[in-house]
Amino acid sequence: MLDNQSTHTPIDVGDGAAIPHKNDAGLFTAWRIAFFGSIVLCLFLAFGRPDQYMAIFKFVPDGILITFKVTLGAIVLAIMFGLIAGLGRISSNRIINGTASLYVEVIRGIPLLVQLFYIYYALGRFVKIPDMLSAIIAMAFCYGAYMAEIFRAGIQSIPKGQMEAALSLGMSRQQAMRQVILPQAFKVVLPPIGNEFIALLKDSSLVSILAVSDLLRRGREYASETFNYFETYTVIALIYLIMTLFFSKLISLMEERLNDGR
Amino acid sequence: MMAASRPMIEVCGVSKFYGTFQALDDISFTVSDGEKVVIIGPSGSGKSTILRSINCLETIDRGRITVDGMDVSNPKTDICKVREEVGMVFQSFNLFPHKTVLENLTLAQSVVRKRSKKDAEEIAMELLHKVNIVEKAASYPAKLSGGQQQRVAIARSLAMNPKAILFDEPTSALDPEMIGEVLDVMKTLATEGMTMVVVTHEMGFAREVSDRVIFMDHGRIVEEGTPEHFFTAPTHERAKLFLSQIL
Repeated sequence: MLDNQSTHTPIDVGDGAAIPHKNDAGLFTAWRIAFFGSIVLCLFLAFGRPDQYMAIFKFVPDGILITFKVTLGAIVLAIMFGLIAGLGRISSNRIINGTASLYVEVIRGIPLLVQLFYIYYALGRFVKIPDMLSAIIAMAFCYGAYMAEIFRAGIQSIPKGQMEAALSLGMSRQQAMRQVILPQAFKVVLPPIGNEFIALLKDSSLVSILAVSDLLRRGREYASETFNYFETYTVIALIYLIMTLFFSKLISLMEERLNDGR
Repeated sequence: MMAASRPMIEVCGVSKFYGTFQALDDISFTVSDGEKVVIIGPSGSGKSTILRSINCLETIDRGRITVDGMDVSNPKTDICKVREEVGMVFQSFNLFPHKTVLENLTLAQSVVRKRSKKDAEEIAMELLHKVNIVEKAASYPAKLSGGQQQRVAIARSLAMNPKAILFDEPTSALDPEMIGEVLDVMKTLATEGMTMVVVTHEMGFAREVSDRVIFMDHGRIVEEGTPEHFFTAPTHERAKLFLSQIL
C-alpha cells in the first residue's frame, strides 16, 4: 500500500474483472450489470432463438467441465510450483536460489502460448501422458513462475522479527517457516492468487490448440461443422464472462471475510 | 551472587564487522549461572549486537561464545539446541499475530519440546498467571496493549524453561505507564534466580536488580563493574558523560 493513496487515485491494472467495492453499494454495480446481464442474455438466446442457439448450449457444456478441470488442476500444481520456487528465491543457498531465479526469469520472458506448445511437445517426446495432463502441467509450469513471485513477496512482507522470535524459541528454520511465516504469508498472498486463478481460467482457453476439448475448442468444433461462427463465439464469450465474474465475486467475498477476521 | 557458580555464558574476544564498520571490537565477559548483567550504552554501541550474537541471531567474525558449555560460534554446534536453552525477549515483542496468547506459549513447547497439548497448556496457563494476564489467554496479540504483549512474550520464552534469558531493550517500545508492569515481571524473575542479560536504558532497573553493569561504546566494553561502582564512581570519562546525560 502506498502512503499517498489518499491524494492520488490508484490505477487498477489488475487482471480479471473489476471487483465491486463495498462502497459502491448501489443497486446497479458494474459487476451486477455484467453478471446478470449475461445470464439474461444467455436465457434470451437459448429460449428466444432456440433454432440457432439451443444446439450450441447443448454442445459446449462438456467443454466447460474440461476448462474447469484444466484450471483447477493447473492452479493447484502452480501453487505447489510457486511455493517451492518462491521459497527457493529467498533461500540463502546459491544453487537453489539460482535455479529458482532462472526458472522465474526464463518462464516470464516467453509468451504463454509458445511455452504451451513447447512444453506440450517436449513432454510428448519423452513420456506418453494424456493430452489433458500435459496441458495442465504446461499451464502450471508457466503460472508457477508468477506464483513464485507472489509467494516470495508474501513471505518477505512478514516482519523479520517473526522469524527471529521463532528461531530464538529453538525452532528450526523449516519449523519457523511452516508454523509462523507461511500461515501469515498465506493471508497476504490469497488476493493475488485469486487474481491468478481468474487469469488462469481465461488463459486455459489456450489449451484448445493442444487437442484438449475445452470450452473454446468445443465451440470451434461446433462452429466448423455448422458455420455459425458469430453465434457460437457469442455463447462462448458469454460463458467465459459468467464464469470469471462468478469467481471474482467469490474471491472478493473471501477477501472481505479474511479482513474482517483480523 | 553465588561465589563459585559455573559460567553460563562466556564471550571471549568477539569482533564483528559490517563491511568495513566494526560493530564489535574484542568483547569479552562472562555471565555466571543466576547472575543478572545489564548492558548499557549509547545507541549504536553494539549492545544489541552482542546480545543477539549470544543466541546466534547475528554471526560473529572473530572470537568465541559458549552458552552452558555449547560453542555457539562453532558451525558444527546445533544452534537450535542453544536457542532452546536461551530465551530472548525483543523490543518489538514479536508475538505471533495469527496465534492466540495461549497458542503463542504452547507452539514452541509442542514443536520443539514435543510436549503434549495438555502439558503445554498447563504450563502456559501457569506462566500467564505468573505474568498476571490469564484473562487474555484466548485473545489475539493485536487486542493487547504493549505492556501486556511484552509480558506474554516473556511468558512465551519462559515456557521453554530456558537456563538464561536475553532481554533486548524490552521496555523501549512501551508507553511510559506500561514500563512498570514489564519491569515488575523481570524483577520477579531476577529474584527467582534466572540468569539474565538485559540491554536497557532503564537505569533504575539496572541499579536495583543487576549484579553487574557493562557499559559499551563504539563496539567496546568501556567499563564493567557493580552497579554501586558504576553509578556512583565510574572511572572512565565516557561513562561519566553518558551518566550525566541520562540521569
